[in-house]
Parts: sequence; structure tokens; C-alpha cells
Amino acid sequence: MASVCPYGAFTHAIVRGIPESFGKPAEGGEAIETDMARAQRQFGVLMGALRQKVGLQLMEIPADAEFPESWRIEDVAVIQGDTALITRPFKEQRRAEAEALRQVLSELNMNVVEMGVEEGGSGGATLEGSDVLFTGKEFFVGISKHTNHRGAEVLADTFRDFAVSTVPVCGGSRLKNICSMGGPETIIFSNSEGAKKTLRMMEQLTDNHYDVLSVPETVAANCVYVRSPAKVDFLLHPTVDECPDSIAVFQKLPDYTLLPTACSEASKLGGALSSFCLLINRKFNYF
Amino acid sequence: MTTEGGSEAEVKKEPEKSPEEQQEEQQSDPSESAPNAGTEPQPAPDNQENVEAEPAEAEPASPDPTSTPSPSGQKKEKGISRFLPPWLKRQKSHSQAEPKDSPAPSDTPTQPPTQEEPVKEEKEGDLEEEVQQQEEQKGEEQADSAGVSPLKVGKKMKLVVCHVTLLDGSQFPCEVEKRAKGQYLFSKVCEHLNLLEKDYFGLSFKDNADQKCWLDPTKEIKRQIRNSQWQFAFNVKFYPPDPSQLMEDITRYLLCLQLRQDISSGRLPCSFVTHALLGSYTLQAELGDHDPDEHRLDYISDFQFAPTQTKELEVKVAELHKSHKGMTPAQADIQFLENAKKLSMYGVDLHHAKDSEGVDIMLGVCANGLLIYKDRLRINRFAWPKILKISYKRCNFYIKIRPGEAEQFESTVGFKLPNHRAAKRVWKVCVEHHTFFRLTSPEQPAKSKFLTLGSKFRYSGRTQAQTRQASALIHRPPPYFQRTSSKRSSRSLDGAPAVSVSDHAHLLDSAHTLGAGDNGRDSALELSSDSKSPQVEEGAEPGEGAASAVPAEPALERKLRVQGENIYVRHSNLMLEDLDKTQEEVLKHQASISELKRSFMEAAPEPRANQWDKRLTGSPATSLRQLAQGSLEEELASLFLSKACFSVLADARSTAASPPESALSAVSEKSPTRLESALSDSRDLSKSTEDEQSSGLNGQLEVVEVVEETVVIEEVIKAARSKNSISEGPAADATATERAPEAKDERSASSDSESEEEAEYHPQLSVSTDSAHLIREDPEEEEQEVELNRDTTPTNQEQHPIREDVTAEPASAAVQREEQTVAQQHEEEESGDKVLVIPDKAPNGHSHDRETPPTLCTEEEEPCVVNGDTSHVDGERAPQVICCSEPPVVKTEMVTISDTFAAQKTEITTKEVPIVHTETKTITYEAAQQDGNGDGEPGVLMTAHTITSESLCTTTTTHITKTLKGGLSETRIEKRIVITGDSDIDHDEALAQAIKEAKEQHPDMSVTRVVVHKETELADEDE
Repeated sequence: MASVCPYGAFTHAIVRGIPESFGKPAEGGEAIETDMARAQRQFGVLMGALRQKVGLQLMEIPADAEFPESWRIEDVAVIQGDTALITRPFKEQRRAEAEALRQVLSELNMNVVEMGVEEGGSGGATLEGSDVLFTGKEFFVGISKHTNHRGAEVLADTFRDFAVSTVPVCGGSRLKNICSMGGPETIIFSNSEGAKKTLRMMEQLTDNHYDVLSVPETVAANCVYVRSPAKVDFLLHPTVDECPDSIAVFQKLPDYTLLPTACSEASKLGGALSSFCLLINRKFNYF
Repeated sequence: MTTEGGSEAEVKKEPEKSPEEQQEEQQSDPSESAPNAGTEPQPAPDNQENVEAEPAEAEPASPDPTSTPSPSGQKKEKGISRFLPPWLKRQKSHSQAEPKDSPAPSDTPTQPPTQEEPVKEEKEGDLEEEVQQQEEQKGEEQADSAGVSPLKVGKKMKLVVCHVTLLDGSQFPCEVEKRAKGQYLFSKVCEHLNLLEKDYFGLSFKDNADQKCWLDPTKEIKRQIRNSQWQFAFNVKFYPPDPSQLMEDITRYLLCLQLRQDISSGRLPCSFVTHALLGSYTLQAELGDHDPDEHRLDYISDFQFAPTQTKELEVKVAELHKSHKGMTPAQADIQFLENAKKLSMYGVDLHHAKDSEGVDIMLGVCANGLLIYKDRLRINRFAWPKILKISYKRCNFYIKIRPGEAEQFESTVGFKLPNHRAAKRVWKVCVEHHTFFRLTSPEQPAKSKFLTLGSKFRYSGRTQAQTRQASALIHRPPPYFQRTSSKRSSRSLDGAPAVSVSDHAHLLDSAHTLGAGDNGRDSALELSSDSKSPQVEEGAEPGEGAASAVPAEPALERKLRVQGENIYVRHSNLMLEDLDKTQEEVLKHQASISELKRSFMEAAPEPRANQWDKRLTGSPATSLRQLAQGSLEEELASLFLSKACFSVLADARSTAASPPESALSAVSEKSPTRLESALSDSRDLSKSTEDEQSSGLNGQLEVVEVVEETVVIEEVIKAARSKNSISEGPAADATATERAPEAKDERSASSDSESEEEAEYHPQLSVSTDSAHLIREDPEEEEQEVELNRDTTPTNQEQHPIREDVTAEPASAAVQREEQTVAQQHEEEESGDKVLVIPDKAPNGHSHDRETPPTLCTEEEEPCVVNGDTSHVDGERAPQVICCSEPPVVKTEMVTISDTFAAQKTEITTKEVPIVHTETKTITYEAAQQDGNGDGEPGVLMTAHTITSESLCTTTTTHITKTLKGGLSETRIEKRIVITGDSDIDHDEALAQAIKEAKEQHPDMSVTRVVVHKETELADEDE
């Protein structure tokens, strides 16, 4: 398939600013102490790293206070190649977040697939991007509180070229909390027992071989890997403060440019570095 | 009419054409429909009878151009025609031609050999088709044979035209002998295609249920397609994971064609982008560089790139096509494959199934293992290294999983397929894929160890590793071939020289084939990484029960039993053969059984002693037993078959048990039994009914067993007066092993049925533990048998000479002969598990019968005697239930009904048989024994043979035994008919039908016993 190329070759990133309502308990749950200013600062650092260091073209969607969780833009779409699947987040109120995204995607000439449309809402399918791990060769969909089987089916139906495997999410609330891509054939995985269980399942399900980079802290399991057009490997990972024991592991990665990027505030809300951005490769080369 | 000078001449000529010529012809007139062209080379079997026979078909129809796969046609149809079922196309052409032919069949011969004329060609083709059909309908006929064998005049080979749909949609007619094996046809096709790397490919056909099946190269075509048409498709069977490693462009081209079919039919799902990209490579390969002048917007519409092709897609394809400028067709194919191979469903063979909880899933068999899908999602995956055993039992398919690091025990995962055929199909596909991709060389059939009946299946071709090695040796100039496009647009895009290398290629080809053949037989397979070499167990399955019960099964060593967790597969008898009166038929049967024989023979060397045998040996009588073959035969033969065949089947069936323990002496006796000379022709047991029947003819007993799925009918025929009965419990045996001792009659249907339906494949060889099991029988029974035997024998040796054709297995033959001389008692045959021949007095053959439920009888109920009770008593062998030490798998209920035995056929009403659907039941009808069996003098076993025939749902096993006793000869025919099917089959009706047919076939015999053994799904599950 044309669209199959080593993971990490992204050209664009779509991000969405931190709203004033950041950290506001969405469903009357317990309020979590967050520092919005700090969150915005961290967000700014991340944007800077992606734009200046990695060299991605950044497209920022303005924050909307109406959507306290809109900064987690990763959840509302799954993008592969030139196809973007607008997901159906578990929380009803989040489903409107995608509206602004659609415009951006159409500007990018993406082929936008609406999950809500296909399922008509009646299918009960739910899917959030943070439960989807795309490795460049296949999809793993974590079945979690936020994502169900039907949602995974829709994803499989959208990205037909790829194997889509479902795995239970153990050791975290979302799949991306316990693992993320650390290279074209490298998956960073949390060392926790639950994560290992998920890892074993993934190993059983895949036809491909991946190197597993096991990190002692769960928070370190979520990184953002991008291979720049200049063929430089960048890894955005949590800072030493957040994961002191895992830094050494990252440093073992050969020839990587490590970009420690704090996301402590997002972590408090269950987010992670990857939550902030949708990575896109707009440079399709079929040949 | 047939063969008139003209036609013959023509015929002769045609066959001589080389494939190239044919190709050229086709090319030269693209306008002619490919199918027609294809039929040219074949001789026209003109058979008036045929024509007349099918008047109904002769419907006037105007030629339908669209139906023809000709290039032009394809274009118009966007290539759709390629995907039309071949028979559809054929049908039409057929009907066109018919009208002409039927009125003046005699014309054909006179036709000038103008092969170029489409019309005439068509006629020929049609005629052939007719013949085919007729043959199919009639099953076997010799009628046309004389006329039909243009190629080999003088020989009486019946030729049939096979129509093979090639990947480019064209038809390749190929004439084969009616009894040709799949390999022959496949080789012909590859030769025609000039294909050397052929191991990735195979021929498929649609069975009656319209399911795609692979033609087994090692087996007769006719037996595989059964009643289907001789219509095949050439397809990729094993999708190479890395097509770039293929040696030749032509191989890649064919793979591309297959993938295009897969994609446009939706079997290989792709995204829009991939459809567009692959489509653009297709255009580049077939049309060459995009030419703005020549390629208007609609040029693309002739192609089918996706199941649903939108304008948008076509635009995209065209756009990408432009970007491929300069790419050669071969390069475009490579690019196509490089992209296609990455698709997640590339090379995945999907089968519908349900998991243990009844959830609909799909089983995907691929190069790396078994994938489990729910909807489109992959929910599990079992790589080959993780799989220890693959087996199926009825409609269940099982895989045994190697324990993980943290686990101690192996686990077994079961899936439910829609029916047992589906289960068997997925099992076979797994076995083949495992062998092809995982092993360095095919697993060697452990022939010596077990006899498997037809179904002992394994992949016998080359593995991928072997084919790669072989491919590396290909040194020929790249063969010239035409891509579809080239046919369309007459210009050659390939860089390859347009030289026909055919001769050279052919040579290589043949060499290859030879090599392949050799490989097949090579022994040891090495599993690449894992130690496991899969075993296939089919016959063995009967596993537990069988093993334990059957002491004697000699050859089979395959273990039937499940090890460890035990999944057993029981094999049903795969072999079914029809008995026909004619020699030809007999020959056919033999051929069909050849495999079995082979295995049998190999196995034969090992003497197996059943317990029975052992016991017998101990007894005086045993020592004496011998077969009196000689004198009896002919008379009997006249009644039945003139020829004797050995049916290995019995052995095969018995496969499960290999009785190592038996005393050697016993062995000798047994051996004869195993080899049975089939002589008699029992007329056909096989009924067209869907079920399988196996019939054994026993002197006068017929036993019909219906297993849920199976019906077994045994008929006993008496020759003259006497009676020997030999029974076999062939198929059943394996499963049923239990019966073994008793000799004769019993066949537990259940066992049979199971056997057919089950098979195991172990990645690792473990063979049998069975032997140990085999021997458990009750001593008592054995003794009884012995006694019986004695009685019978003496009477009639003289009357009927038995002829045996021992040819097949020398050893056995020898034994038999010896036996003849000795002429003492009976022989026991064990077909399958334990067919024992017991010479009984004629009528009584029944007495012997016992039924033991195949599966171990955990619960067996004694047979109810309906009509006459006597039988059981007399025989000393009352139906007994034999318990095997092993845990019973299926509950069985046995009911025995005995009739007084009359020389006439007793009528058996199916209604009388209570059928319990949920459990396994065995019902036996017996005729009352007339004579005291027990006391009689030992009869001499003249001959014993088993013949098995298999049709769609029916397996018929016929076991024929002739025994001389006191001057009387007794012929006992046992038919076992196994009806397998889903619940919707009316068993009663099937049974009634089976009985009726058996009677019709052997009007001079009476039915002495009918055993109905029924197993339902519930029962099958291991408990």
C-alpha cells in the first residue's frame, strides 16, 4: 500500500490550545488541582518543539472554553495517510469538538470519514484516538472505557489496508497511557504488570516485529516520535522530573534527538504528550 | 455413434497441438470466445446416446457474446466476466451448440478438421460436455469409452474434458482420463501456462454446496469432484509473502492476476488509495505508458479495480497511471505486488466459524498461522509455532496451543464450523499452509504406521523452501507470455523477447514435476523451527475408543487417540468406493483406494494381532484357519463382481489401532483380512443418497447403522447356501475399536462416521500410543468368535471358488492362499478395526453381530430385539457392549432388532428405529439366526475384501467375505453407510433409501441385520 511507510514521517501537526476551562471537572467529578497557566506554558513548549526543533508545520485550532477537554485533540480523530476518521468519543459533550477540526482537515485535503455518520449514532460505537496505536504497519485498538468493539470495527472498516487488532487496556485508562511509538519499529511500553499483559497480547496478535522499549514509569510510556524530513529521529518525552528513572532508557536510543517536554498538568487529567497533537503526513508518496 | 473415421482423425490431430499452438490460435482470433478455442483440442466424443439423453438441455440459445471470456468481451464487461463462474459461461455455450448436435450427431465426425472454425469447435466442445455430463450422471459408463479415446485408441480409457478457468479469465480445456489424478490436470495446466514455479498454485472446484475446494493432486479427480462438473479454476493457493523472491516474471504476473481478482471481488479489502494505486499499476502493466491520445477517459472503465468502482477512483487511477511512465510491465507487476503484499488480508484464507461461545468469527489461515477475526477486527492469532495440533471432529475444528512461558498446560481452542465439510476444509487448508510455509519439506506420511483411509491427508507438494530452491535452478530465458493487455492491444509491452521457449520450458517443467513428485514422498520433514511436525490423523481418530477396542488394527498406527488433552479426531473412512459390476468399475475402486492400499501395504508388514487374533491363535481353531480362496470364487464372482480387489480400506479404517502385541501367528491371519480381495462386486452399495454408506456384505446380514450422521448398512449375502460372514468394522473400527473382537458384523456406525469426520494434524509426530489401547477386549467375546468361526467354515469350500486378486498386496495374498489350503475355519477379517470373519452358518451371520458403540460405550444400552430375539443368542455373540477402558466419548444407545432370517430379504422399517436425536443411538436389526453358529465347524475364509466409496455426504463401505464351510460357500456382504449431514437430513428416509437400494443391488441376498447408529451433535462433543 502506498500509504505504508515507516512510522514517524510526519509533516504536519494539528494542535488545539488550552481552554480557560482546563481542568474543570467535566461531569461533576472531583475537581483536580491543575495549574492552567502552567499547562499553557507546557503547551507552548510543546508547540515550539514541534515547530522549531522537529520542523513540523503546525496548525493550531483556537481553544474553546466550551470544551474543557478540547486540548486532547488526539481523541477526536485517527489519521492515517490521507484519511482522517472523526471518532465518536465516549463523552457525549466531546463529540462537538471535532467541528473545528473538520475545517482544518479539509484545508489539508484530507479524506474525512465520519464515524458518527456511518454508525448513525445507533451503533453505539465509541472510539477515542488515545486508544489507538498505529505502528505504521497495523493498528492496535485498546478496548477501554472510552473505546468499544464497535468503534474498533469502524476503524477497521475505514483503514482497510491494515490489520486492526483489539487488545485489552490494562494498567492505564487508555492504550496510549501505557505505550506509544518510539521509532519506526519501536514501541515504548510501560513496565507495569498491566501494561505487560497488554504487551503480551499485542505480541500475540502481530505479524510484525517490534522492539520494545520498556520504561519503569508509566508516564514515560507516552512519547511523541517524529522523523523529520531531514531524517533525524526526534523523541519528545516527559522530563526528568516526571520520570527520573526512564531518562536513561531513552538515552539508549541511538542517534535520537531527545526533547524533554513537560506535560505534568495534562498528566493530572489523564493526558499525555501525544494527547496534544494529531500528526499528519501530507506528503504522500506512492512510489 | 461415436468414433467415426472423420472425427477420430480430427481428434487425433488436435491433441497433438502444443499449448503454444493453442495459445496462438486463441490469440489469432481474439474474437472467438476463449472457451471455444479451448475446446478445440479435444476430441469429440460423439455419443449419440448422450445427445439423446439430454434433450432437455438442448435449448436453443443464441450465442451470447458477453458470456465468453474473450478479451473483447472482457473489456466490455470491465473484466467482470473473469469472475463469472466458469460453469455459467459454459452453460451458455453448451446450450447454443446443443441444438445442432442433437439432431444430427452423426455430423460431427464428418466435419473437416477445420479447427479454426468457431462453430464447429463449439460443437465439439458441446458434445464433450454432454459426454461429461452424462458420465457424471451415470457415474461410470463405459458406453462411450470406445469412441472417446481418440488419444489412445485401442485402450479403453475414458476421457473427460476438464474445463479450467485460468486467471486471465480464459478457458483451458484439457482432456484427461477419467480416472486421472489431480496432478495430471494440474501439470497440464501449468504446461499450458508455461509456468515453472507452480507450487504456489492449485486447481479449485466448487463442490455441490458451492464451496470452493482444492483439487488434491494425489487423488483421482473424479472422486473429488463427485457429482460436480469437470470445471476447475486455476488459482493461487499459497500467496508468497515476498513476491519479489519469485524467480520469474510469469509467476508474478499470474499472482497479479489472482490478486486483481481478489481485489475486485472484495476478498482482499483495500482502502481507496490502495485501490487507486494498484489499479494504476495494473494499467501500466497491461497498457503501458499512459497515452493521452489513445487513452481517453473511458479507457479505464474496462478495468475493474475495486468491488465498487467510482468515477473518482477511475480519475485517481488515471492520474497515478500517468506517473508510472517508463515502467515496464514486469516492473509494474512488481510494484503492484509490493503494495498488495502489505495488505493485511493478503493471502488470508477466511472461513466462517463460531467460537466456543457461539459468536460469529472468521478463521483466517495464512502463511504465518491462524488468525481469528471478529468482523474486521483481529482478535487473536496463533502463529504456527504456537500450534501443536490441528484437528477436526465433525463440525468442530480444534487447535492445541503450546503452553506459554507462564503456563504449564497446553490448551485447546475449538471452533464450530457450519458443517463437517467446512471443518475438514479449514483443517486441510491449515495442514497445507503449515507444511508449505513452515516446514522445509513435506511431512512424510507415516504410512507404515497407520493406514488412513482416504482422508489421511497431508500436503504432499513442495514446501515454499523447496520450491524456492527449485526455482533457483531455473535457467531459461524469460518465457514470453502475453499479459491481458497485450491481447487487447496487440502490442507487446514486455521487454522479453517474444520467442517461444516452450519446448525448453516444458522440459524443465517435466523435470520439475518429477522432482516434485519425489519430494512428496520424501521422508522426513524437518520442521523448521519447531519441533512440531504436524501430524495428520484422520483415520486414527477414533482414538480412544477405537484404540482400545480394536486390537487388531494392524497397520494403522496413527494414533487415533488424543494425547494429552485429547482431541481426537476420528477419521471417517474416507474412502468410499462404489462397487460396480464391471471390471472397470472395480478397477476404479481399486484406484481410488490405491492410497489406502499403499498405506496398507506398508503397514501390512507389521503384523498386528488383535486380541481376538491372539486369542484365536491360542485356540486350536485359529491355527487352522486359512482361507480357501481358490475354488469358490468364480461363482460368487458371477454374482457379484468378477474381480477381486483388495480393499485396503478396511485396514485403513482400522487404522487406529495397531496391535503390536498380537502374536505373530495371529498376524498372518490378520493380514489376509486386511487385504481383502475385493471380488465380489457387491453391487453398489453406494447410494447416491447423500450419505455415505459403507456396506459390508455379510452373508446375509445387512446392518444399517445410522449415526446421527451415519447410516451403516450391512448386507449379508449368502451365496448358495452357506454363509460365512465376515464383517468388518472398518471405518468404525478406528473409532469403534471396541467391536473388534467380535468379528463381524458389528460395525458401529458411529465410529465410522466419526472417522470420516475427524482428523488430526500434529505438528509433532506422536504416534501412537494406541497400540496399547488396542487390545482391550473382553476375552469372552473372543472366544465366542472363535467358536463361531469354527462352525461355519467347513461347509462349502467347494462350491465357490473365490478369486482374489491379490496383486495389490503380496503379503496378504500369500497369506490368503495359504489359508485356502488350510481351509479350516474362518478367517477373521478385520476391516478397519476388526473385521473378523467368522464363518458362521449361513443364515446366522447375524448372530455375530454385535454392536459396540464406537465410542466407547460409556453408556451402551443393549440392543432391543425387535423381531426375533434369537439371533443374539445363537450367535453366542449377543450384541454386547464392549467397554473400552478409555472414557467414552459419546453416549451410545444400541438397539438391536432381529428378524428371523429368511432367505429373503427381511423388510426393515426405518420407522421401527427409535431415533434419539440428542444422543448416539445404535439400532440393530437382525435376522434370526437359523443355524447354530457356535457349534459349526470352522469355515474357511475364501476371500474378504472391503470396498469403500464416498460421495458427497455418504460413505459406503462394503465388506465382502466369502467363506467356505462344509461345502457351502457363504458370502457375506456388509454395507456400512454413513450419512453425514446437518440436522436437516431426514435420517429415516435416508436409511430407508439405503436399505432399499441395498436390496435392489443384491436381490439374491437377504438382509439379516440392520444397525442404526445415530449420533447427534450433542453427542459428538467430547464429554
